[in-house]
Amino acid sequence: MSISKKEKEAFDAAPWSGATKRYDIVKEGSIAVAIVAILAIGLSLLMGSPDETPLTFKGWAVSNADNFYATAVQELAGTSGSATYGAPYNKASEGLNVGPLWLQKWAGVSHPVDTVNEFVIAPLSTQVMSTDIASALATWKAASDKQKQDWATAYDDAITKAEGKISAVPAGAYGPVPALAQGLTDMAKGGALDAALLSQGGFFQTDNTKQILFFGDGSYLDDAGTTANLQGGTWGMMNETGRYPGQAWLWLYSFWYQIPPFNNEESKPIGANADAYIMYLMGALSLGLILIPVIPGVKSLPMRIPIHRGIWRQYYAANGIKRRKK
Amino acid sequence: MSEMWTAKLRNKWQKNLPIEKLLPDDQPAYVASWIYVFGVLTLSALAVIIFSGVILAFEGPAWYHVSHAGKFINSMHFWSVQMFFVFMVIHLWGKYWMAAWRGNRFRTWATGAIAFVASIATAFTGYLVQTNFDSQWISFEAKDGFNSMGIGAFFNVTNLGQMLLLHVAFLPLLLGVITVIHVLMVRRRGVVPPIDAEPTVSGVGR
Repeated sequence: MSISKKEKEAFDAAPWSGATKRYDIVKEGSIAVAIVAILAIGLSLLMGSPDETPLTFKGWAVSNADNFYATAVQELAGTSGSATYGAPYNKASEGLNVGPLWLQKWAGVSHPVDTVNEFVIAPLSTQVMSTDIASALATWKAASDKQKQDWATAYDDAITKAEGKISAVPAGAYGPVPALAQGLTDMAKGGALDAALLSQGGFFQTDNTKQILFFGDGSYLDDAGTTANLQGGTWGMMNETGRYPGQAWLWLYSFWYQIPPFNNEESKPIGANADAYIMYLMGALSLGLILIPVIPGVKSLPMRIPIHRGIWRQYYAANGIKRRKK
Repeated sequence: MSEMWTAKLRNKWQKNLPIEKLLPDDQPAYVASWIYVFGVLTLSALAVIIFSGVILAFEGPAWYHVSHAGKFINSMHFWSVQMFFVFMVIHLWGKYWMAAWRGNRFRTWATGAIAFVASIATAFTGYLVQTNFDSQWISFEAKDGFNSMGIGAFFNVTNLGQMLLLHVAFLPLLLGVITVIHVLMVRRRGVVPPIDAEPTVSGVGR
């Protein structure tokens, strides 16, 4: 005997009037908390937790001085990733878009970053420098904007031609740029740049944006990420440093970065704007998860695939209820 | 008297969620599967997360780098988060295959799904405030996605102070409120009856 869909919905919604059994909700909750706490304590004692020491500018400048030096020159020339990023740091590019939606650009420059002054000149100005570097700093500050750009661009191009090998760069009209880059490299090697970049002349500071951006402009952070198997193209989003489980719940978010066209930056428009497309996609899928009960097909699957027969097998057996065709 | 907001709220509460429903001592006989355990396990993991998180908050984000006790509490926080997500995902799948939104339980499902999304955001900010290499890497990589949507203008993943405050204050509060609403809805509506259960079927109604 079957009942109408409406009657079934009313029956499912009504308070249960059938057979019941004793249930001590407080006892169940207490036992569950105890079990989870014991498991957490056991795993903590046995496994600990991940804690890779953070990278420092000192470590970068000491281990790969040429790369740090070349990155400092890029910051002066305005060719680094940060200098050319666009919103929210500057207006150097349009940013990512999805069709007519340019949300990145529309949100504007909310966290202005001036790579020339904040990454190089201001930190150098906080130090007592040798005569040649102090002189270079004075020369730079006194020069016109065009002159500064010409010097830095010429030197940046020369380093690129020399494939990043600073000692192989021929002499040229680079003005004070080599001395400034050397001064910043020495400052980083001594350990003073980490604090200077964070403080920017102030005392209290909790915003690491400038440090993180500068790090990302060179190869040091990227190489460390590759070594730790954290790169996005290899499911790195859900990996963790060391032998620990990562954010496995981000598997679907990570998945899109593994497949075309999202994993091909040359592919336009999706690959080139993959970060934006995937954000929209995951937003839509999250909304879909919330709305599953009203999505045709998806909401009917549990009735069609009889996993529920296993979940409620005792009830079905006790009441002799056979599966109905949907 | 009946016009008073307080009286209206009390009457509505007593009608929809009397104490017998909130703290029941019996339940439908069909609740007989291990899958039902994962809801309470998820809440239990959340309790351990909050307990360990409060201790970490008292000591500050860098404590666990230099203290054995800090490392242990941080590890408890880490593993309870891992368990929390495992339990919650199993709970979510279980409820999907039960079609647990039936019988006017859409809002119960929706608040559970929203809690899942809010949990991901809360955990994400936790990874950003570890003050270790992981935080450096994740903040640099994650900024592009948020910036691409304009979200970076007010949710700056490279700002440790902002992420720390969101992680220990706003997001847990948000998740806590959603979780409480979800649990109250479960108690109010009760556990969804089995698919194919009908009042006319022999044995169902007694």
